[in-house]
Order: sequence, then C-alpha cells, then structure tokens
Amino acid sequence: MTALKFTKDHEWLREDGEVFVVGITDHAQTALGDVVFVDLPEVGREVTAGEAIAVVESVKAASDVYAPITGTVTEVNAALTDDPARVNADPTGEGWFFKIQPSAPLPADLLDSEGYNAFLETIA
Amino acid sequence: MTVPETLLDTPLAGLHRELGGRMVPFAGYAMPVQYPAGIMAEHQHCRAAAALFDVSHMGQAELLGEGAAAALERVSPADVQGLKPGRQRYGLLLNDAGGIVDDFMVANLGDRLFLVVNASRKHIDLPLIESALPAGVRLNPLPDRALLAIQGPGVAAIIPSAMRFMDAALMTIAGIEVLASRSGYTGEDGYELSVPAERAEALARALLAMPGVMPAGLGARDSLRLEAGLCLYGNDLDEATSPVEANLTWSIGKRRRMAWDFPGADRVRAELDNGPARLRVGIRPEGRQPARAGTEVQQGGADVGVVTSGGFGPSVNGPVAMGYVARPAAADGTELTLMVRGKPLAARTAPLPFHPHRYAR
Repeated sequence: MTALKFTKDHEWLREDGEVFVVGITDHAQTALGDVVFVDLPEVGREVTAGEAIAVVESVKAASDVYAPITGTVTEVNAALTDDPARVNADPTGEGWFFKIQPSAPLPADLLDSEGYNAFLETIA
Repeated sequence: MTVPETLLDTPLAGLHRELGGRMVPFAGYAMPVQYPAGIMAEHQHCRAAAALFDVSHMGQAELLGEGAAAALERVSPADVQGLKPGRQRYGLLLNDAGGIVDDFMVANLGDRLFLVVNASRKHIDLPLIESALPAGVRLNPLPDRALLAIQGPGVAAIIPSAMRFMDAALMTIAGIEVLASRSGYTGEDGYELSVPAERAEALARALLAMPGVMPAGLGARDSLRLEAGLCLYGNDLDEATSPVEANLTWSIGKRRRMAWDFPGADRVRAELDNGPARLRVGIRPEGRQPARAGTEVQQGGADVGVVTSGGFGPSVNGPVAMGYVARPAAADGTELTLMVRGKPLAARTAPLPFHPHRYAR
C-alpha cells in the first residue's frame, strides 16, 4: 500500500494502480463530527484539481469536498449512501469517497503525512 | 480573514474547557457547540436520560411594580395579566406592523415577573419593553445570573418536585437556591435553572455528578429543538413574520384576541380572518440528505417558500426541516421539491413536532 498524500483542504489520496483513491482526513472527520450524508459525484465526470465535487453533511453543517487532482471520476463509494458513519469510523479506509484517474500531472502542493501534520499545527 | 470579534464568556467558560467543549461564537458569546461525545451522542443522551446545557447567554430580567403585567402586554399579545403566580408562559414581542421582535418566556413569581429572552435579541428587547413602561414599573436586567437547562426523561428522578410543565418556583439543588421553571427547548421534560453567576459552576458540577447526566452543547440543542418543532429566532422568526404565519397564534391570549389591543393587531386579525399568505410548516425530505436553512422550496416548478431550519434529526433518524410555504402548499403531505445545491430533492409537508413532546403535564 502506497503512502497517503494530503491537501490543505483535508483530503487524502492514495495511488492504487492507474487511479487515486480519495477521502477526507481523520482531522476533517473529527472536526465535522457525525457524518449523516455524503453527496458523491457522478462516475465519468471530468474534474479539475480544486473543484468542489462532493459534499459531506454532518448533523450540524454541509462541507464541500474538493477534487485533489485533475482527471476522471472512475468509481464512488456507494456504501457511504447507506452507512455514511464509515467516514467517521475509518476515514482513510472504508470511508473513502471516490477514485480519480489522473489526466494531468499531480499538483505540486500535495503534502506528505509529515507536511500535513505540520500544516495542522499551523491551523490549530 | 475575518476580524476576530471579542466574545463574551459565560460563568461556565472554565468548566466547558475542562470538559473538552468545542467553543464557537454564538450571539456574541463563546459557547460549546459540542463536547467530545459529539452532537449525535449528546442528542440521543438527552432523549434517553438527561443532558445539561449552558444557556447563560440568554437574557434574563425582572419586571417589578404595580401594573407590570399590563405594561408587558403593551408590546406583546400574550395574556400576561392572566398568568397565575408560579406559572410561566411563552410569548412574542411584536412591532407595530405585527412582526415578531422576539419570543420569550415570562413567569409570574408573585411579587414580580421573570423574563427570559434570546441572547441575540436582548439588546433590542429590553429597550422595547422599557419604552412601554409607565411610572412605577421597573425593568431590572439580570446580567449577573447564569441559566442552566437540564433536560431529558431522567430528570424527574434526579430532581424530584411537585412542579408540572411551565411551573416556576424557587428550589434548592445541592444547597444552591435556584429559580426553576419546568420547561426547556428540547421537547423533553426538564428544568431551566436561573442561578447567580458565582454559584453557576458549583450547580453545574452538582448536576453533572447526578446519575446519567451528560453535558450537551448548542449543536444538540439545535437538533433537539428542531425535532420538537420549536422556533429559533433569526431562523424561523424575524421582524417581517407575524404570529399567524409562524403558526404561533396559540401564544396570543384569548382576551387579547377579543380586545385586539396589541401592536400589529390589525394584521393579525386580517390574517386570522382571511388566512395568511404563507405558513410555517414541518418539511420531511425523502432519503437521507438534509436540506439546510435557505434552501428554496418549489411545487410544480414554482417557488413556494424557503427552509428556515434544517438538518439531520438523530431521533427521527432522517433529515428534518421547518420553513415557510405558500398556504396551498401547507397541508400535511403536500409534495414539495427542495432545491439543494441546484439539484431537486423530493420532500413533503409534515406535521410538527417530528418527535413527540414528553412534558410533565
């Protein structure tokens, strides 16, 4: 399993063959609280890095989830429809959101876990 | 980057931090939106056992002197003069156009009236009431008192009393004298306890030490009141909205509806005679997706209203909302379409409350 990369918008991504699996970080799920609904993008959608393509709803509020890379959505985690609490229970595993096949070089500002943790320190 | 505002602390600020409360700005105060248990668990615990809320940001005041009740009636359609000693009542402050300035609780303590108003409106309410007072009636704000709410079906066993729903009386809890009312904002049995600020933390600690009591924040307070169909000023009520539109006609005293002697009586009377153009209703979105405040409500492609409060109801286990719709769309079961982020979401007009009230009547 390859190491996770992170965005400053609190998404993680993991390379899996030709695609990247994307979800929200443990920090993000903790900040949101109990997730009650996830609005996922359509498979086949062309997305641009930084574009809001999904919405995660907690009891309290709705938050956007951004495409961390440019490419095509190849799959979404349909299990979240019936069990959105997976996002809280296993944010970097069963709580994944969608997969993107990249069509452009990855953005230069993706963080490794050390960089992301350092970033979290700056916003604490 | 927004300019940081200076937030006020309630007397329980230290306790909130000790309990791990996540503090957020609300009506000018730093308030706990949740504790480590989270909104869902705090909500469920309130429905199952007992939850303690700090609501010290709310405005407390007393109205003293001969004719205090009649004076309050000059700015409210509530029957205050008919309120018996030891009883509390829900009321509205109205402007001359019949719009709702705020909603409030008033208790008759025998020698004075005790008022609780919304935090976000106290700077408007108190001058409005003041402006209506004749010589001999005095409004005394009580900024040095805290207000705690303990709510849930477990409360009756841990704070036994002869009080029934909407009774108000002095009570001693853990050696601390409090002004208690058997009421709240969750749909559950419970008390709101007014206490001098310097005793608030001792009272809160004593309550938290009682069996089954858990602290709960503003997040759970909001989901509980929404399931209970209770209005939040600024969301569901505002100065453009009348009591009839808000479906709060019941808060207008019968005597007041004979005399029509309150601000905005002409509008209220016309709306009662002819029906208001729009009505506050419950709205149940289909599926799991919540529709938040501000969501447009459509019927057959036409705009018919707006959601004013919406979220996920943990006890309903589904999304719930309240809003205003044109009267023809207000009948229970009417099919509606909510426009959530540009996409249609099917919904129906639904009766309130979403979760049955369980008051100690």
